[in-house]
Amino acid sequence: MAPAATDWSPLWISLESSLTATTITLILGLAAASWRQRHSGPAMALFDGACLLPLVLPPTVVGFFLLLLFGRNGPVGKLLLRFGASLVFSWPATVIAAAVVAFPLMYLTARAALEQVDSRFLEAARTLGASEWRAFRQIALPLAWPGVLAGTILSFARALGEFGATLMLAGNIPGRTATIPIAIYFAVEADDMRSATAWCAADLIISVALLSGLYYWTHAQGPARWARR
Amino acid sequence: MTLEVHIEKKLAEFALDLSFSADDAPLGILGPSGAGKTMLLRCIAGLEHPSRGSLVLGGKTLLDTQRGIRLPARKRRIGMLFQHYALFPHQSVRKNIAFSLTSLPAAERERRVRLMLERVHGVELKERYPRQLSGGEQQRVALARALANEPQALLLDEPLSALDTHLRSQMEVQLQETFSAYRGPALLVTHNIEEAYRLTSRLLVLSRGRIAALGAREEVFRKPPSVEVARLTGCKNISRARAVTEHMIEAIDWGCRLHVSQLPAGAILNCGIRAHHLDFAEHRSAGATDDNIFPCWLVRSSETPFRITLYLRLHKPPDESGSHDLQAEVFKEKWEHFRDRSQPWYIRLASDALFVMPE
Repeated sequence: MAPAATDWSPLWISLESSLTATTITLILGLAAASWRQRHSGPAMALFDGACLLPLVLPPTVVGFFLLLLFGRNGPVGKLLLRFGASLVFSWPATVIAAAVVAFPLMYLTARAALEQVDSRFLEAARTLGASEWRAFRQIALPLAWPGVLAGTILSFARALGEFGATLMLAGNIPGRTATIPIAIYFAVEADDMRSATAWCAADLIISVALLSGLYYWTHAQGPARWARR
Repeated sequence: MTLEVHIEKKLAEFALDLSFSADDAPLGILGPSGAGKTMLLRCIAGLEHPSRGSLVLGGKTLLDTQRGIRLPARKRRIGMLFQHYALFPHQSVRKNIAFSLTSLPAAERERRVRLMLERVHGVELKERYPRQLSGGEQQRVALARALANEPQALLLDEPLSALDTHLRSQMEVQLQETFSAYRGPALLVTHNIEEAYRLTSRLLVLSRGRIAALGAREEVFRKPPSVEVARLTGCKNISRARAVTEHMIEAIDWGCRLHVSQLPAGAILNCGIRAHHLDFAEHRSAGATDDNIFPCWLVRSSETPFRITLYLRLHKPPDESGSHDLQAEVFKEKWEHFRDRSQPWYIRLASDALFVMPE
C-alpha cells in the first residue's frame, strides 16, 4: 500500500465502529450503573463480576466466547440465521467486539460518578414532584457528567484500540472489518512497514487528541462550571 | 387543612412510634439529636417507609400500610426544606425554583418564580447559581423552591442550624413571615428550644422515637408533663419530691417544704422551677414558709453579656465540694442591686412558677 494510493478504509471503519460501540456502551453502562446503584446484596457481586469480566479476560478469550455465542452454532447465531442474518465476519461484529471490551470501563466510571452525587439532591427532586427518570436525567446525570464523560472517552479509546476480540469475531476483511489495529498487524505481517508506520502515526494522533480532550473536559473546564466563585 | 400522622418504624436503637395531628398552626418538633426528628419528617415526605402507619393530609390518604396505600414522594405534594438546603448546584436559582413547575406554561412559570422570589426578598438572585449565594440567600431560595408548587404541607428540617448566629435572627424573621402567610400544616424540626418557641405556636417534644409532650408551647413550658420534657425544654432546677399535704410537697434534693398550687397523683414526684423564675427577696418575710422563701449562699457564677447565672446552695454556706442546689438567671442590672449585700440572700420559689411532675 503506497501512500499515494492509500486505502483509507481502516480509518473510517475504526472510527465508525468505535463511535457506534461507544454510544451503545454509554447507554448500557449508564443503565447498568444506575440499576446497580439501586440494588444491593450478595447477588450483586455476581452482577459486578459479570460486568467486569471483559476487562479481566484476554481479548482473544472474549472474542472466542463471542464467537461461541454469535457463531453459526451459537444460541444467538442460530436465532439470527432464522432471519437470514449472519453476524460473524461482518461490520456489526467489529461494533459488538469493541462494545463488549469497552463496557467495563464505562460501567466502572459511571458507577463511581453516580455514587458521588449527593443523594439529598435526588430526594429534593422527588419531593418537588420529579419521577425517577427525570431525577436521573436532570439531576444525577448532569452532576455525574464529568465522570461519565471521562468514562465515555476511555471507552472510545479502548474500542479504537480493540484487536483480539475483533479479529476473532470480525476477521480481517479489507474495506469491511479491517480496523486500524488489524491493518497494522497485517501490514507488518506482509512486511509493509510504511503502511504500518503510517497507521501507527494515525493512532498516535487520535490518542493524543483524545487524551487532551479528556484533560480539557475534566480539568480545565470542570472548575469553571456552575459559576464557581 | 389537617395532617394526621401515625407512624411506626424500627430504627437501629429504638422504634419510632407516634401519632399526632397538625393543623394550620405551625408545629415545632423538639428533641435531642438522634431522637428521630429527621426520620419523622422523612417518613411524612415519603423518603423513608414506615413499617406500619398511616398519613392523611387534608382528607387525602398518602399512606396506609394496612390498605397497602403508599404514595411516592413525588405525588405527596409536601414541600421539604432540607437541613443544608440541597439546592441543585448545576441549575440557576430560577431553574431551581421552576423545577416543580414543569406543568405550567413558560410565561406562567416565569411569573411564579418571580412571585416566589419576591416573597423571600430575593428577586435579584434569579440568575445566580447556588455557589454564588451566601448561606442566608441559599435558605431563602430553598424556601422559595419548596413553596413554589403550593405544597399541601411544609416540612423544615433544622432550617437555621447551618447559619451563623447573626444570620439566624434575620432568617428567623423570614421564617416567621413564611409561616404567617402559609396555609397548611407546617412542621419545624429543631433542637434549639428558643427557636422552636419563637417560631411555632405548638410543640411536640420527641424522645427516643416517642412523644414526650404535645401541646400549646406555653403549656409545654409552664407545665412540662415529665422530668425529661422539663430538661429538654431547658429547666435547670429539678428535685425529687413527695407530697406532704394537698398543697405542700417536700423537695428532697433541696431539703425544704414548698407550697404548690396543685399536685398530680402519685406518691413519688418531681418538682422543678426555671432558672429565670427564681426571685431574690429583700429579706425573709414574717410569714416564713408560706412564701417559699429560703436562705441561700452563692457557690459560683458565670456571666453572659447581659445576664448572669448564679449557682446557689440552700440553707448552708458552700462547702469544699462546691455543690449547688439551684441555678438562678438574672439580668445584670438586677444583679448589681444585691451583689454586695451580705449573705445569706433570700430566694423565692414562687408557687405559680413551680411545677410538679409525676415520676
